[in-house]
Amino acid sequence: MIIRRTDLPLDRDAHARFLPWLIAFMVFLAVLALAGVLVVNRAVERWDTGISGTLTVQVMPSQKTGDGAAARQRVLDDIMDVLNSTPGVITSAAMSEARILELLRPWLGDLASDADLPIPQLIDVTIDPDAGVDVSALGRRLAIAAPGATVDDHRIWLDRLVRLLRTVEMVALAIVGVIGLVTIGTVIFTTRTGLAIHGEAIQVLHLIGAHDAYVARQFAGRALLLGLKGGLIGFIFAAPTLMAIGYFGERMQLEAMPVDGLGLVQMALLAALPLIVAAIAMITARVTVLRTLARMP
Amino acid sequence: MRGAIRGFCRQRGLFNPVMSEKNGDFVVRFENVGLRYGLGPEVLQDIYFDLRPGSFHFLTGASGAGKSSLMKLMYLAMRPTRGSISLFGRDIAATSRRDLPALRRRVGVVFQEFRLLNHLSTFDNVALPLRIAGAREQELRKHVEELLTWVGLENHLKARPPTLSGGQQQRVAIARAVIARPRLLLADEPTGNVDDRMAYRLMHLFEELNRLGTTVVIATHNQQLVERLGHPVLHLDTGRLHTPSRNADAAEEPVATDDGPPLPYDPEVLNYL
Ligand SMILES: Nc1ncnc2c1ncn2[C@@H]1O[C@H](COP(=O)(O)OP(=O)(O)OP(=O)(O)O)[C@@H](O)[C@H]1O
Ligand SMILES: [Mg+2]
Repeated sequence: MIIRRTDLPLDRDAHARFLPWLIAFMVFLAVLALAGVLVVNRAVERWDTGISGTLTVQVMPSQKTGDGAAARQRVLDDIMDVLNSTPGVITSAAMSEARILELLRPWLGDLASDADLPIPQLIDVTIDPDAGVDVSALGRRLAIAAPGATVDDHRIWLDRLVRLLRTVEMVALAIVGVIGLVTIGTVIFTTRTGLAIHGEAIQVLHLIGAHDAYVARQFAGRALLLGLKGGLIGFIFAAPTLMAIGYFGERMQLEAMPVDGLGLVQMALLAALPLIVAAIAMITARVTVLRTLARMP
Repeated sequence: MRGAIRGFCRQRGLFNPVMSEKNGDFVVRFENVGLRYGLGPEVLQDIYFDLRPGSFHFLTGASGAGKSSLMKLMYLAMRPTRGSISLFGRDIAATSRRDLPALRRRVGVVFQEFRLLNHLSTFDNVALPLRIAGAREQELRKHVEELLTWVGLENHLKARPPTLSGGQQQRVAIARAVIARPRLLLADEPTGNVDDRMAYRLMHLFEELNRLGTTVVIATHNQQLVERLGHPVLHLDTGRLHTPSRNADAAEEPVATDDGPPLPYDPEVLNYL
């Protein structure tokens, strides 16, 4: 074993046997919660940069303008004129019909292309987010230029969604924090019990000339071992759970709101979690022992 | 036998004569020391004494007189409630806690209740002080086995203390106290559980260590032993230390009688120590 021969029979302490299982449970919960945080964080970041500064102008096919291609082109030109004359608008491009059908497919299936449905026209607009474009004023001007044209500002609903997700993220992070605190508390309790059980032996080591660190090292080594064991067990249970969630999550994905899942960095962070927890257990045990022994003469 | 252990010690380099301390330097110095447990009465009062390097003392006194308490102060298990204690020329009160382990390693202690670690083998118990001091395993193995052979426990290296007799445990405790070449050896009732023959054998061990420079203090009830060996006596009477007597003859005469007032401390008397 990595742990050297110890002077205290810590490996026989019955009270410490539950520690790996508790740590396993904590690591399991922490891995899931942290995975949630990372996925949400990544998605929100992507949507934020991807969607901020974009608008969509939607033109519903209207009776007045008719259905002909020429009529449609005229309306489109009018809208483009308005957009191009608006300060702050960087680009504007009409979406091809094929692209629109593709976007509608998740909702309408092949119906959209088969049937002779009136398809709205969509224009992607990018604006300078710092230019302070008045979206509602733009909407009114567009409606005058082309009846049936509306502006869809992504920011409004995105902001709400992002706020909700940020809250979820905070809650999950708080859960990770609480899990950490519970782990620390448990290790402190276990270590204190161990100190009491081995009080006599520790006293003798002390009187023979052992430094506090000599005793602390034995407790810390033990806590590290138990922590690694628990962390590993917890991770072994958490990994397949995460994969299952990921699999079902992928099947439910909406094209409009792409979720990337976990990248390499995120996965590495999750894999490091058991090690981090074991390290926390070790440091906690060491500090607890040193603090207790400092009271000896 | 004396030759044997001296040879053993020299050969292993265990004991260097420790007479290097300058004259006037003391291994132990107590000045006006008092001790109480919690809020209880003072169990030690107005203790003054010095121990010269290489001296050998018996510490006597009735049960409850405070012998173990005095020992505890010397091996730094407790701080005095008043007065000052110096060990190897260092004032304990002025020594930082970080430096105390180094001082403790120079003191070998045979505890009255042995205080062996029951989960460790005889070998590991005796090896403990060397391991704590950072000795390497190859180095300490030979030392420990030879010392345990010398105290007659060569067949019990792997035995755990609870499986040993009282006398055997006592010898393990003594071996643990002397293995790391202490400069001060404190033995609290070290021959209480052995027959007379073994008692004298162990006393000879202490005398050999003393001859090689270790300062020795032995607390004992065994008046016969004190008289036979004739070392100066520190006598405790209900918490007060009485002037030591030079030899067995003097020890036979009571230094203080129970009805008389305790003799005052006289530094001159202590100087011959
Ligand atoms: N831990 C303690 N708490 C409170 N009082 C104590 C403690 N240890 C010793 N005493 C008291 O201190 C006094 C001296 O005890 P000590 O053990 O030093 O005596 P002793 O001379 O070693 O006795 P013995 O020969 O029986 O070993 C006694 O009155 C005892 O009751
Ligand atoms: Mg005693």
